[in-house]
Parts: sequence; structure tokens; C-alpha cells
Amino acid sequence: MPDFVLSINRQQLPVQVDADTPLLWVLRDELGLTGTKHGCGEGLCGACTVHVDGKAQRSCQLPVSTLAGKHITTIEGLHPQGQHPVQQAWLKHDVAQCGFCQCGQIMQAVAFLKATPKPSVAQIDAAMAGNLCRCGTQLRVRAAVQTAAGVKP
Amino acid sequence: MSGVVLQRRGFLALVAGSGLSLAFDLHASALTGGSVGAQPGHSFKPNAFLRIELDGRIVLIAPAPEMGQGVKTSLPMLLAEELDVGLDQVTVEQASLDATMGALQEAGGSTSVQKNWLPLRRAGAAARWMLVGAAAQAWGVPRAALRTERGEVIHDASSKRASYASLAAAAAQLRLPDDIPLKDPGSFRLVGRRQPQVDGPAIVRGAPLFCGDQRPKGCLVAVVIKGPVFGAKPLEANIDALKAMPGVVDAFILEAIGEWTGDLMVRSENPCLQAGVAVVARNTWSALKARKALQVRWSQTPFDGDSSDGYRAEAQRQLGLPGEVWRNDGDAEAALKSASATIDAFFELPILSHNSMETMSCLAEPLPGGGMRLTSPSQYPSVPVEALHRVLGIPKDRIELRIPRLGGAFGRRWESDFSLDASAIALRVKAPVLLFTPREEDMRHDYYRPFESQRIRAGVDAKGKLVAWDQDRLVHSFRSPQTPKITARQFPVNFIPNLRMRARTVASNVPEGAYRAPPANLHAFFVEGALNELAHAAKMDALAFRLQLLGEGGEIKETRFNPARMKAVLRLAASKADWGRPLPKGSGRGIASWYSHGGYVAHVVELSVSRSGVVKVQRVTSAVDVGRVINPNGAEQQVQGSVIDALSGALLQQITLKNGAVEQGNFHDNPMLRMPDVPRRIDVHFVESTLDPTGLGEPAYPPLAPALVGALFAATGIQIRSLPLSRHKLNWS
Repeated sequence: MPDFVLSINRQQLPVQVDADTPLLWVLRDELGLTGTKHGCGEGLCGACTVHVDGKAQRSCQLPVSTLAGKHITTIEGLHPQGQHPVQQAWLKHDVAQCGFCQCGQIMQAVAFLKATPKPSVAQIDAAMAGNLCRCGTQLRVRAAVQTAAGVKP
Repeated sequence: MSGVVLQRRGFLALVAGSGLSLAFDLHASALTGGSVGAQPGHSFKPNAFLRIELDGRIVLIAPAPEMGQGVKTSLPMLLAEELDVGLDQVTVEQASLDATMGALQEAGGSTSVQKNWLPLRRAGAAARWMLVGAAAQAWGVPRAALRTERGEVIHDASSKRASYASLAAAAAQLRLPDDIPLKDPGSFRLVGRRQPQVDGPAIVRGAPLFCGDQRPKGCLVAVVIKGPVFGAKPLEANIDALKAMPGVVDAFILEAIGEWTGDLMVRSENPCLQAGVAVVARNTWSALKARKALQVRWSQTPFDGDSSDGYRAEAQRQLGLPGEVWRNDGDAEAALKSASATIDAFFELPILSHNSMETMSCLAEPLPGGGMRLTSPSQYPSVPVEALHRVLGIPKDRIELRIPRLGGAFGRRWESDFSLDASAIALRVKAPVLLFTPREEDMRHDYYRPFESQRIRAGVDAKGKLVAWDQDRLVHSFRSPQTPKITARQFPVNFIPNLRMRARTVASNVPEGAYRAPPANLHAFFVEGALNELAHAAKMDALAFRLQLLGEGGEIKETRFNPARMKAVLRLAASKADWGRPLPKGSGRGIASWYSHGGYVAHVVELSVSRSGVVKVQRVTSAVDVGRVINPNGAEQQVQGSVIDALSGALLQQITLKNGAVEQGNFHDNPMLRMPDVPRRIDVHFVESTLDPTGLGEPAYPPLAPALVGALFAATGIQIRSLPLSRHKLNWS
């Protein structure tokens, strides 16, 4: 199996995996970074969302061989104490029910707000459309993104 | 170690007793097993639900599995309330399976809060009693002169205060009396106030809370592939080729053990292991690649030609047969003939898959000496233990079960299949095994909400009173032509003088399981749909029609259904939803209500439909009566979540079969509502109540779909009697 060195959460991490291994499984199985979740394996649900060079990507669709020289951020690396403003907004609104989809939601929201700091509700809906939530927390997701953007929900 | 653990007999008295008699013996320096910490010290552990650590930390135990329904917060609130501590002052720990807790660990049927309401309050009150006693002794003052607040005992007269931590050692020495008073709910400080959920910070930072996040040393990953037709067995497979693949540790045919029982009730008594091909690998990707490379020949079954079209045709054929009469009040046929206006409606609901975001998982770690440690996201943690014992022969006292956080359940994780699969594989490979289920396997090997159809003929008199009701139920049954025994007492039984209910069976090969709010998740659509159509036939407002039907009577003993409580939620929802205010053509409101799992819920759905038939739900207004609400924050989430869940199902979802196999596999062909289609408003209103709490995981689900369909009719004149809406053309002019 080939060796790769991945830049994840500002660390250089060596892994030995098949070249076609999706980043999702490298994170979960090789690196103990289990905050990124499998929901569908087809890029349809967003539970596996990470940042690659600041952009939200579905890690289940990213073979590790394509990630040389890219900077990856996972939910664990968003903030050292888990207190990124988006994470704080999520706590303020107590968004989660089961919680399984929420890391993907947060990562998607962080990248979106960086690109669109003062979004309309329609823009939020469009940006978050790729993140599924089975428990039905969408109203609070909306409110949390608005709070993080400094917009009144 | 002078911590005192409640003797088992005494604890059972605490759990099961009347609340008045809590007699048990406490030895001053009892050293019962199970206490935390091995060194001599002063931890206080009066029962299985709370303890005070040596360092002063107060730990509250959450007995029931947390699956998003909020019980890891609401149940500790009961302990904290009676103990008089804030949730911010404690650490909450999830209990592992604890045989002494019995039914308090069950997360299903919307019963956790109801079951735990008195036992947990008693547990908290007992601890508080002992802590107060310790202070009374230390200060030489009577109990009555003391009060408690936020983890302290306070003697106002002398301004003395003592933390619970400082009193713990002395409290552990005390005996409990027979009679411990509980707080008057009027003085509740926590219960009834919005609390954030205890795992919030852990969730947002990606802490390893779920089963699949655990990776003990030497852990392998297993994937099980089952036949596309339920019950098919693998006859041969390219096992050797799979075993040669990099990362694959083993591959084998998992033989069935026990009779394959797709029927819910039979399965609960007789768990079985389904046949399949197991792949075990060092990591998930290697297992998934092996799954992709699998070539397998499945056995033939009598159901290889089954299809949803075939099941539908069978339902129509059954409708032509006499059927079993389950209820026959008055003379429905005669009353129909003399009715002023009648309806004759055939309703259909499809199979639904559970689609929890976390697919089926389980970690099984073989223990030395033949036991097993499970980390199983089971809703009823005693069920996998029983299944492992019966099916795999593992002695029950050698099975440990740790309860992780569940990534959604909705009834699916009541089953023991994932626990059995993981354990059987772990026994075979003699290593810890994490069972992983790809989404396609999860969607195609579910225990589904079954299909059902109903024909309802009903009639009203000249005043719009419902006088005739003839209901033909085409009930799903797994592989059996026999109609399942069901008591015919659902609403509107008792409210219509001439009511006949008949049942016939449509047998299928589809394994049936519990899906959120069973069987109300079927019945409400049929009955409430019929009521909306009857209201229209009677030229009455749908709200007024229901209020008239519910009448002025008292609680029905058979079902404990109280019509006054239902009328109250109907009126509340209607008033908050601006019911009756006109809307332009293309927009409309619908109303429906249902009583299930002890709860009363009414929804008003307001939507608009574009001329080309695109539906937009503008807002949902929900009124809920579940007695005393423990955590309004979590309760609101359950209602909003149920509404969105029901909308997903009603608008988008169905599982269909062709050539014996499920056709859908992932979210592209069995979708879930996405953010742009979630209504901007789901306004939840609770009836303020001092009645003992009932549950809220389920009751808000059933009435949503009929309210949606009613709104659609109001907006467009299009009458929908089958779901999902995506099957229908809704363009109008």
C-alpha cells in the first residue's frame, strides 16, 4: 500500500492506504478523526463534509490520491475548544437532535458563511440543501446560520 | 470504601414501589460491587442513578438510550429537580445495560419519560433526603429548618451553607425512611423550563459519541451482504477471491440460525440470524471494495416474482372478498343508504424505510471465557442480550452492553439483527468487530413500515352528523394469509352509532417493523382523510365537523381517549393558524388531529401550489397535549422533527418492490426533504397541563399527512388518497 502525507488540521499526517481510499475512511479508520460521518457514500447527504483549501467538500467522494498539497480541515480542527462562532451558534439554538448529521452541517455552514457573510434565508436554504437531516432540525439550522452571520433569525 | 450502594431488593422497591414505602437496609459501610473508584474514600452512591465522586463532582445517570428524542437530558432533569441541582452543575453519564433498571432503559413507544417519571424523582429525592439529614446532624438543627438549592443545604436562620460534596460522606451513613416526599410540582425549578441538551458541546465538536466512532485495539470492520429477495440464502460466493483482496481478513457465508421471521410480533419472541455473506477487513474501505467484488448466487424463494404492482392487485382482489368482521355496531349499510351525503374513498399508503442518518451498526468484542461486550445502539438494550443468548448461545450473565448515542432510530433499532450479525462475526473471527452497513444495504434490508390500504364508505345526516361508517382494512401481513389479531377500537369507534370494520390480509415478503408511531402512522391518514372528505360532503368546515364528531362525552375507557383534550388541541391549532381566514386560490389550509401513545396533537398545514403543481408548505401550526412537558426545548424539537419527518414521507418517499427486491437504495431514489422545501415556520403550542407526562417521540407524526392532503384539496380541489405526493400530478387551473 502506498504512503501519503496529508495536511489535516494544520498537521502533516502520514497514512498508508490504497490510493482510491476516500478521505472519509482515511479520517475515520486511520486517523481516529471520527467526527466526519458516513451517511450515504454517494455525496448525497453531506454528513461527510470537510474543508479542502477552505471549500466544503464531501469527503466520501475524495480519493486520498487527489489530496496532495491540499489543506484539509475537519470538524475537530475547526476550533481548539469547539467554540468557533458557528459552533457557538449551534449551541445557542440547541440545533441537534440525534446529532449524527450536525458536524457535516456545521462544516458546510462555516465554508458558506466565509463566502457569503450576510446571506438571505433563500441563500442559506440553497447552501444547506446538500445536507440531509433525518430528525428534522432544519429550522434551527437556519436560525443558527443566521445567528452566526449576525442576522436576526 | 464507604460508599453505599442500594441493596438490590431495596432498589427494586424504589423502582417498582408505590412511592410510599421505600424500606430497605443500609449498612454503614456496605461494600457492594459496582461502585466507582477502588480506594477508600467518601463517594456517595445511594442508588443506581446518581453518585457524588470523591472530587465532589455530582454524576447523574441517564438510564434510557438517547436517539435524538432528548431523554439523555429530560430524564436527568427529573433526578436533578428532586435532588435540587442545576444541570449545569452535574455530569450526565449514559447508563450501560443494567438489569436492575428494567423497563426504565427502554426507548420506544414514547414511554421513557412516563416510565421514569416517578422512579427517577424518587431516586433524586432519596439522595436529597440523606444529604439534608447529614447537614441536620452536623449542625444539630431539625430537618424542617433546612432547605436545598443548587447543590447546597442551607440553614437560613444561621446562614450556614454546605455543598452536597461536603456532606456526601456523612449522608452515606444514613438510613432511608419508609416515606420520602416528592416535590410539589408547583415548586419545580428545572422541569418545565427550556434546557439545552447535555451532549450539545460534544456533538458540535465531533466527539466520538456513536457506535461506529469506537475503535478498540485490534478492531476489524465487517459488512454483511444479504440477498436482494428477503430470506434468500447465499448458495455460493467467490469467497477465496475476496479473501485474497488487500485488507480483507476473512470472508464467509453467514448461515441463518432460527426461522427467518419478517413479522414483527413473531420476531420479538423468536429472534433469528439472517443468512448473508460476511466480509471482515482491517478497515472500512477494504470491506467495501470486497463487497463490490462479491459474486454470489442466491437461493430461489417463492417470492422472487413479488412486486408492488402485484401487492396492489392483490389488495384489489381481497377487497372483493367478504373479509373478517372486526366490529359491527348498529347497521352501517342501512345508515349509509339513508345518509344525506356519503363518501366512498380508497386510500393507499406505501412501504417506508427508516433512513436514520446513522446506518445499522454494532461493535462486538468477545470477552475471555466466552462472553461478549456489545456497544449496541439498541432502543431496548435488553433485547440484544436475549437474542445473543437464544441465537448464539452466549450466557446472559456474560454479556455486557454499552449504550452509545444513537444516530436516529424511529423504531428500527428495536431489532436485534445488527447486534446478532456483529456478534456472530466476532465469535467466528475471534476479534472485536465493528459492523458497518452501507446506505444501500440499510435501505434494502430494513424492517419497514408496511403498506396498507383502506376503503372507507361513510355518510352524514342533514345536520352534518357522522352516522354511518364502513371501513375495509387491507392489512399487511408477512407471508401469511391470516389476518393479524388487532382490536378494532381506533377512533372513530365509539363516536358513530353505525360502524362496521372489516379486515383482509395482503400478504407480502416484506419484513415489517415498528416505524415511528405504529400503527397510527397508517390509520390517521385513512381516518382523518375520510373525515376531511366527509366535512366537504356535508358542506361543513373541517374543524367544526371534527368538534361536532368529538362531542361532549368523557374519556373512553377502552382507549383512555379524552375527546375534550382533542377538541382543545384542535381549537388551539386552529386559532394560532388563522383558520378560517380566506386564502387565494392555489393556497389552502388543512387540519387533522390524532391521539396516539398517550398524546393529543392537531396540525394545521398551510401551503400553496403553483399552477404547474409544485407544492410549497408555508407553515405548519401544531398544538400538542402530552400532559406536563419536561423540557419545552426538546419537546419543541420532537414536534418540529415529526412534522418534517411526516412531510418527507408524504411528499417524497416510498419503497417499491420489483422481481422480489427493493428497487430503491439511496437518497437519489428515496429522498428526504431538503432545506429549501422545509417550511419556514413550524409553530408549536403546548397545552399547559399538570397531568403526569406522556411522551412525544411519536404523537406528532400521524396527523400531519392528512392535514397536508386537506390543505392540498383546499388549495386546488385535487383530492389525494395515496402517498407520496410525488406520484401525482398536481397542476391545476
